[in-house]
Amino acid sequence: MTSILRIIAQRLLLGILTLFVVSIVIFTAVNMLPGDFAQLILGQGATPEAVEAIRKDLGLDQPPITRYFQWLASALQGDLGNSFAQANFASFVGADGSTNMASVAAQIAPRFENTLFLAGVTALIAVPFSLFLGILAALYRNSIFDRATNILTLSSISSPEFFLAYILILFLAVLNPILPSLSNIYADMPFDERLTRTLLPALTLTLVVTAHMMRMTRAAIINLLASPYIEMARLKGISPMRVIVKHALPNALAPIINVVALNLAYLITGVVVVEVVFVYPGIGQLFVDSVKIRDIPVVQACCLIFATAYILLNLTADILSIISNPRLRHPK
Amino acid sequence: MSDLLLKVRGLKIEGRSEETWNQIVNGVDLDLNKGEVLGLIGESGAGKSTVGLATMGFTRDGCRISAGSVEFDGIDLVNASAKVKRGLLGKRIAYVAQSAAASFNPAHRLIDQHSEGPVQHGVMSRSDSEADGIELYRKLRLPNPEQIGFRYPHQVSGGQLQRAMTAMAMSCRPDLIIFDEPTTALDVTTQIEVLASIRQIVEEYDTAAIYITHDLAVVAQMADKIKVLLKGDEVEEADTRTMLSDPKEDYTKSLWAVRSFKRPQKPAVNTGATPVVSVQNVTAAYGTQPVLFDVSFDIHEARTVAVVGESGSGKSTTARCITGLLPPKQGHIEFDGQALPLDYRKRNKDQLRQAQMIYQMADTALNPRKTIGELIGRPVQFYLGLSGKEKRRRVEELLDQIELEPSQYINRLPSELSGGQKQRIGIARALAAEPKFIICDEVTSALDQLVAEGILKLLARLQDDLGLSYMFITHDLATVRSIADEVVVMKDGRVVEQGPKTEMFQPPHHAYTDLLLSSVPEMDPDWLTNLLNERGVDNIGDAAVDKMT
Repeated sequence: MTSILRIIAQRLLLGILTLFVVSIVIFTAVNMLPGDFAQLILGQGATPEAVEAIRKDLGLDQPPITRYFQWLASALQGDLGNSFAQANFASFVGADGSTNMASVAAQIAPRFENTLFLAGVTALIAVPFSLFLGILAALYRNSIFDRATNILTLSSISSPEFFLAYILILFLAVLNPILPSLSNIYADMPFDERLTRTLLPALTLTLVVTAHMMRMTRAAIINLLASPYIEMARLKGISPMRVIVKHALPNALAPIINVVALNLAYLITGVVVVEVVFVYPGIGQLFVDSVKIRDIPVVQACCLIFATAYILLNLTADILSIISNPRLRHPK
Repeated sequence: MSDLLLKVRGLKIEGRSEETWNQIVNGVDLDLNKGEVLGLIGESGAGKSTVGLATMGFTRDGCRISAGSVEFDGIDLVNASAKVKRGLLGKRIAYVAQSAAASFNPAHRLIDQHSEGPVQHGVMSRSDSEADGIELYRKLRLPNPEQIGFRYPHQVSGGQLQRAMTAMAMSCRPDLIIFDEPTTALDVTTQIEVLASIRQIVEEYDTAAIYITHDLAVVAQMADKIKVLLKGDEVEEADTRTMLSDPKEDYTKSLWAVRSFKRPQKPAVNTGATPVVSVQNVTAAYGTQPVLFDVSFDIHEARTVAVVGESGSGKSTTARCITGLLPPKQGHIEFDGQALPLDYRKRNKDQLRQAQMIYQMADTALNPRKTIGELIGRPVQFYLGLSGKEKRRRVEELLDQIELEPSQYINRLPSELSGGQKQRIGIARALAAEPKFIICDEVTSALDQLVAEGILKLLARLQDDLGLSYMFITHDLATVRSIADEVVVMKDGRVVEQGPKTEMFQPPHHAYTDLLLSSVPEMDPDWLTNLLNERGVDNIGDAAVDKMT
């Protein structure tokens, strides 16, 4: 077990280093975009004096390197800074720019919670569904069922997400009004209402991520079917389903876990199109809006969250893969 | 006849390769009575395993039974439904595979795999089957029978796994067990224990068995009758004693004769002669794990030194030290009286050229994308600086030396050659550098006996013609007997005994050498019985090795 702990510690350290690099890349990239927050918010008719005033107010007049290290210093103390847009808005309504309302953390937190909720619901549907389909496809490999499953999952992953979303809306909200087509959820909404409203985007995303996981499950299992211990199990008179579930699957877990982790990371970071279609208040929309108005603190924070999600999920996948290997779990 | 358990008639099996079906078994008949043991022997590609599996009504993917019948206790296994067959497999017909390490599922404990069959077939409850498993482990003399089942396969040694697999085959008390080369991958001292255990338990439960192997001496100990196969055809069948003493067919006789190849012992080297290679007090380690302790021996000009010992005894590590792949921690290596740099990276081209290597697996040692001409031409160019016509002439010369017609082979790829031919290419590649010394690492252990004999004869001839010195790493004492001049016996990284071959095969031996020698099966069908009577079941094989340490 000490070796596993060492691996975890190493990965976490590397993860922190990665986050640092990501923050530099993002900061540079956003600074390279034409225009800045002050220009974009005031529009083309603004006087240079007004633009300059806002710049000065937000610290945008400082050189980028100074700004980056200022941001880094406060981020290291747990303060992700204030959103430009919120600060500006706050000063309009007469509030102080440094209130809670304007902090990046306060702005991102509810959005991120929603994103996690959607990702969670999707994962609960998609992961068991894909594994089940993958096992069946491996069991009935090269049959009509196998081919049909492959074609359907591949078609759904190849179609644009908005297209899948509209098809589901057509069938599940318009022709058969089972589920609401709008997913605008609020913080104090009852859980079942929240769940019902999340279901359509979750189903859309399920269609998007199933193909990867299902095909990896199928391939990982089939890959093992030629191994001597599978032949042994068959020669013991074990039923085909049991051979796959009991003898092949436990040894095929490592690659499956990795693909599942990759898809879960995608659910957290890459679902902006689905959010837009269903008007779901997730972090993806906030991210895109913030890039549009060069709201650097929010963009920076979102990117760090995405990177953290990738790092943590991959770390979890690595640990689970290690644990799934009896040689590492039970040393000699 | 009421005792007849298995009846196979005109069995033909086809294998699929490149969109066509080729016949690989051409009509085999087989009768097996209850409690009888049939030995099925032949070289690789003879169809032994295919026939063995077909008697279970099973064919591997890409194979099919095209004609003939397999009747087990009156049930037609060729036409039976998958469900009927599943009902018999494991329950009444069981299988013991060649590599137990690969055939146990790495994800489950031994006892779980043991009781799976009985529970799934509804023969026993789980707890009964586990208790029975422990009883079988005890009968098969596995160490610590109460606990060993609760280990995972990777935590148990190869010989123990093979016995656990025999126990698993016995779990439903089948009428028939197919043993598919169960001891081929084991060291001799481990093999003898497994053989004794298998024989004892098969006799005790009066189980019929088909014992598949390429090793005649092994089958002589196990089988009541022997059937010889060659390229999917039956050569002959007779009871064991008749088959050994009076084989009818030429092919069988040639198989029997393989073990008779023997070189005469060369005269002793002059005292004071400088050895070609001298290994002096070498101690080596992988990381912090010490593997060699104070190993010393000399190899003289035109002599063969066989380094013998079981897997893990340090034979190959010694070779790695000599070639400089693993620089020793202490000691040094001398070549023609000159100390060599320990790390191969510090040796010059001429020092590198003088010591070449031939590997066990010719398959993996040859680059599959290069033609034979390129494979042999590369060292010719690298070491001797030849190119163009000269290079080609040298390659052709080398092919002549290894008895392969140059015009036919020079443009072929390794995949177009047989195992023995590939090994010959490995030899030619080593010769291409014009070395004085060649390390042969288990060069014949992956080959059939007839082919292996050809390789040994070739190596012997090359030694006589070119004055080469060999270090011959092997665990097969028959090979040692046939070509060695001197023998070095290794155990746990130490040299336990060394000397001229004639002395080594004469008593008195070091206790370990004696055990190694006594564990090699002989063609006498009473050999195992006699040995067990003489020494007792606890004084053979690994059990005896453990007592020594």
